[in-house]
Amino acid sequence: MTDGGCCPTMDLLRSEPMQLVQLIIPTESAYRAVSYLGDLGLFQFKDLNAEKSPFQRTYAVQIKRCGEMTRKLRFFKEQMAKAGVSPSTRSMRDGEVDLDKLEVKLAELEAELIENNANNDKLQHSYSELLEYKLVLHKVGEFFSPAQKSAQSQQREHGVQSNSEGSIDSPLLQEQMTTETSKPIKLGFTAGLVPREKSMSFERILFRATRGNFFLKQATIEHPVLDPLSGEKVDKNVFLIFYSGERANSKILKICDAFGANRYPFTEDLSKQFQMITEVSGRLSELRTTIDVGLLHRSARLQTIGYHYETWILLVKKVKSIYHTLNMFNVDVTKKCLVAEGWCPVFATNQIQSALLRARMDSNSQVGTIFQVLQTKESPPTYFRINKFTSAFQEIVDAYGVAKYREANPGVFTIITFPFLFAVMFGDWGHGICLFLVTLYFIIREKKFSSQKLGDIVEMTFGGRYVIMMMALFSIYTGLIYNEFFSVPFELFGPSAYGCRDPSCRDAGTTGLIRVRRNYPFGLDPKWHGTRSELPFLNSLKMKMSILLGVAQMNLGIILSYCNAKYFGNGINIWHQFIPQMIFLNCLFGYLSLLIIVKWCTGSQADLYHVMIYMFLSPTADLGENQLFGGQKLLQLVLLMLALIAVPWMLFPKPFLLRKQHQERHQGQSYSLLHAIDDPLEAEPNSHTDHHEEFDFSEVFVHQLIHTIEFVLGAVSNTASYLRLWALSLAHSELSSVFYDKVLLLAWGFNNIFVLIIGIAVFIFATVGVLLIMETLSAFLHALRLHWVEFQNKFYEGDGYKFSPFSFTLLNEDDEA
Amino acid sequence: MYGFEALTFNIHGGYLEAIVRGHRGGLLTAADYNNLCQCENLDDIKMHLSATEYGPYLQNEPSPLHTTTIVEKCTLKLVDDYKHMLCQATEPLSTFLEYITYGHMIDNVVLIVTGTLHERDVQELLEKCHPLGMFDSIATLAVAQNMRELYRLVLVDTPLAPYFSECITSDDLDDMNIEIMRNTLYKAYLEDFYRFCQKLGGATAEIMSDLLAFEADRRAVNITINSIGTELTRDDRRKLYSNFGLLYPYGHEELAVCEDIDQVRAAMEKYPPYQSIFAKLSYGESQMLDKAFYEEEVKRLCLAFEQQFHYAVFFAYMRLREQEIRNLMWISECVAQNQKSRVHDSVVFIF
Repeated sequence: MTDGGCCPTMDLLRSEPMQLVQLIIPTESAYRAVSYLGDLGLFQFKDLNAEKSPFQRTYAVQIKRCGEMTRKLRFFKEQMAKAGVSPSTRSMRDGEVDLDKLEVKLAELEAELIENNANNDKLQHSYSELLEYKLVLHKVGEFFSPAQKSAQSQQREHGVQSNSEGSIDSPLLQEQMTTETSKPIKLGFTAGLVPREKSMSFERILFRATRGNFFLKQATIEHPVLDPLSGEKVDKNVFLIFYSGERANSKILKICDAFGANRYPFTEDLSKQFQMITEVSGRLSELRTTIDVGLLHRSARLQTIGYHYETWILLVKKVKSIYHTLNMFNVDVTKKCLVAEGWCPVFATNQIQSALLRARMDSNSQVGTIFQVLQTKESPPTYFRINKFTSAFQEIVDAYGVAKYREANPGVFTIITFPFLFAVMFGDWGHGICLFLVTLYFIIREKKFSSQKLGDIVEMTFGGRYVIMMMALFSIYTGLIYNEFFSVPFELFGPSAYGCRDPSCRDAGTTGLIRVRRNYPFGLDPKWHGTRSELPFLNSLKMKMSILLGVAQMNLGIILSYCNAKYFGNGINIWHQFIPQMIFLNCLFGYLSLLIIVKWCTGSQADLYHVMIYMFLSPTADLGENQLFGGQKLLQLVLLMLALIAVPWMLFPKPFLLRKQHQERHQGQSYSLLHAIDDPLEAEPNSHTDHHEEFDFSEVFVHQLIHTIEFVLGAVSNTASYLRLWALSLAHSELSSVFYDKVLLLAWGFNNIFVLIIGIAVFIFATVGVLLIMETLSAFLHALRLHWVEFQNKFYEGDGYKFSPFSFTLLNEDDEA
Repeated sequence: MYGFEALTFNIHGGYLEAIVRGHRGGLLTAADYNNLCQCENLDDIKMHLSATEYGPYLQNEPSPLHTTTIVEKCTLKLVDDYKHMLCQATEPLSTFLEYITYGHMIDNVVLIVTGTLHERDVQELLEKCHPLGMFDSIATLAVAQNMRELYRLVLVDTPLAPYFSECITSDDLDDMNIEIMRNTLYKAYLEDFYRFCQKLGGATAEIMSDLLAFEADRRAVNITINSIGTELTRDDRRKLYSNFGLLYPYGHEELAVCEDIDQVRAAMEKYPPYQSIFAKLSYGESQMLDKAFYEEEVKRLCLAFEQQFHYAVFFAYMRLREQEIRNLMWISECVAQNQKSRVHDSVVFIF
């Protein structure tokens, strides 16, 4: 377990050794150096300018430029989305694109696109205006023609020749004044379009403004029309207003403007109307072709942009992140070089140095980068080299707390213990196979799934696919032990050990069974299923098993605390924490485990509750029939004494020893100060390393008191907590047998195909919904709790922080959604 | 009057109160303002704002920025917040939220009417209007020639209609008229809002009456100061004061007869809450009065957040955001015109 040793180093047990490194990089090669380090992805830069606001930093200008470029790229993306061009997903690598060139290119493209759009908009504007005009001509023509006909017929009746066909044009106002022969007043009219939702208030305002002296006719247009101004599709009404008088005219014009109603000139003359319609139609088709050509050109342009888009956006992101990193550097007083500090794993030293060397060569720098390891008191970040299998398990641990630097990592054990404890609660090999098939699907389609966006729940399942696979495998295993397949037992490993004594015992077979063969070779004898003594038997078995598993896991936790203490060279923790804890736990619950095993082996009838309880209440009393082995009473007395001794042992020595250590260190410091007068060079590092915080004895003591109480009480409550293994396992098997007996078998008994189908459907839904999803979740949570609380509180500090290197591969992951 | 707000408030108001408190958490802090004040140009301001809640609104603006763009986008954020809350609100909160915008409506009406009087382009005027105070037929205001028409044509459809009852005259519009109209409308609006809040009862009434009383008093002081030396008679001036607030009624009597700023000061110093405001000013000075009032207002608005289960937080949030946008406008203007020494003249820190 210690560093080096006989066995190969366990990468996962201890986090990678890290070092704080200072890089002094010449300015000319800094950009390239950071870029290569980003490719490598094994260096975490420290922000040396934390107190500076973002725009006061050295490379703020470049970052602004990058922001501008991203804005342009976003603009392109928007345009592409509008035009329905999708950026090509395969990102092509066309060598090293220069940022400056790219910037120029982007600016050109943007200007071109904007100009293109502006032209297009202008054309579109006149196009939709013409379209509206055409609509007005049509609709208003419809208003006029019947009116004209009736007027003509009236005129004919009156026999009056109408000679006032010619209307007075007022071209500026684009409206006409007509004179009607029958009336001497001049009526003006205005035609146009108004948005439908405003038409009501439009009419109302007109009414108020002209005091009702107007006539408005409206007609709805069936399809939404492109509004020339906003370029959006709007439902509109064609309107025609008749009014009299100049003041009313100006008022109406103002109101039309206010309502965004577009007015169009209109003539009463039918032939002129007809002429205008053809004219407008001609111009419309002309414009259409122009617009189409423009759009074609634009989409071709966008297509080429889309081809490069991914590469560009990646490049800009990269550059931006590089400048962000460069902004964390200190500028040397001479401005010739940048000073960076950061963490890197020791194993990566060579890689980093060669990357830096490459950067120097490639940028033709005269001076190399200085790579200097710094000594520090600061706690380094925690870095595990994990793969896709171990990462999910490490996530489980990290969710509780990231391991302290080089602390024993429970993640190693979690890989096995977590699925195992889960499976103890989820023991059914039928359900296990279902789970396994699901995860197998995820694992086989891994490549496809990992590249696409998934829903919340699917994402979670996919992330934990290896955890679930292990859980499924283990539950197949425990399911075989429990001998349950959707709660049905099978005689997989040979015939049952029990048989009927006589033919009368066929059905429930509770009393009539006798042992006819040797023990069932693996797992639970199938004959237990359905017997009256099944539950008491299984409960006792599972309860005891839970305690055994729990005590084993807690012992593992305490042993790991020993490993930590040994590794960090903390003798006090070994002698005054690990040993008394070991003694305490094993004197009480280790002894209980021993009793359980002895009871299993000997088949004794002793009552273990009674033994344990009276071990405390009256340790000297006679055990009577509860005695399992000779000398048990003496052993119990010894164990009890040891446990009682262990408590003050845990509590008192450690704080006092810590105080003593502290005082010694202070004395040492004063000595070194005396020496310092003689030899200042040697004293310097000494005084430097020793600026410890004040030692507060009462605080340490209270802390230790809490710790001790927690452990002593925890030993009892944690052991009890492991009984959840039994409880959940019981719940699971009972639920599944209920679904099997009360749904499937009941439906079967009706001998009716419909009932059977319904029964099977209910059974399937219940199995999937309740057993496979809900039970999996609950068993998962309980296993999680057992690991976080019962296991990890024995040794795990979990107050470290994660190593987050500057890496380009991570850039793609936080892509905008 | 005091209901069991804590018991039932969250049924309808809980979600929105959470939202508004979340928004309040996004207001710029003193540290932000310090950083903003150090900016060298508008791009720096944009860069700094991109880390705040304004980020999404500014990120797509091309680089040569203008102050107006910044202000416009920031206002857009406020409007979006407001609209979101209004969509989610149920009675009586929705009415309360609508009341908040009436002030802007009055300002917009006055803006358009004065603009058309000076023959400005309507479209240009519309762009200057505050988006919260927009209503359907606002552009039609340009048609009206006098108060009566104004009312009859347009305002009768708006929520402002009842406030108009006192200023329907057939006089032609002029600057003086319009200003009086604005103040009359505002008076009626404040009184109506005050009554509405009283009707709501509970903590809302308590806090809002304090905030609205402050608003009314501030307007009274401003009316007084602005009308010194104009042809407005004392009685007319007296009529413009809202009929509630700390100064009502005796303070109003005193203010109505004031002839210079020092008399105003003397009148106001009798009221302890305002004494501290005037204590900051030197004699004869009225320049800094606005800032002093704004500071006091911000203080009171922030206090509104200390209590739960009432609607005043919505009012306070809207007002604080507006103050923040005013601050941003001032800072941007100072930065754009290289007047950084004056940055602190008008910025009111919120936190």
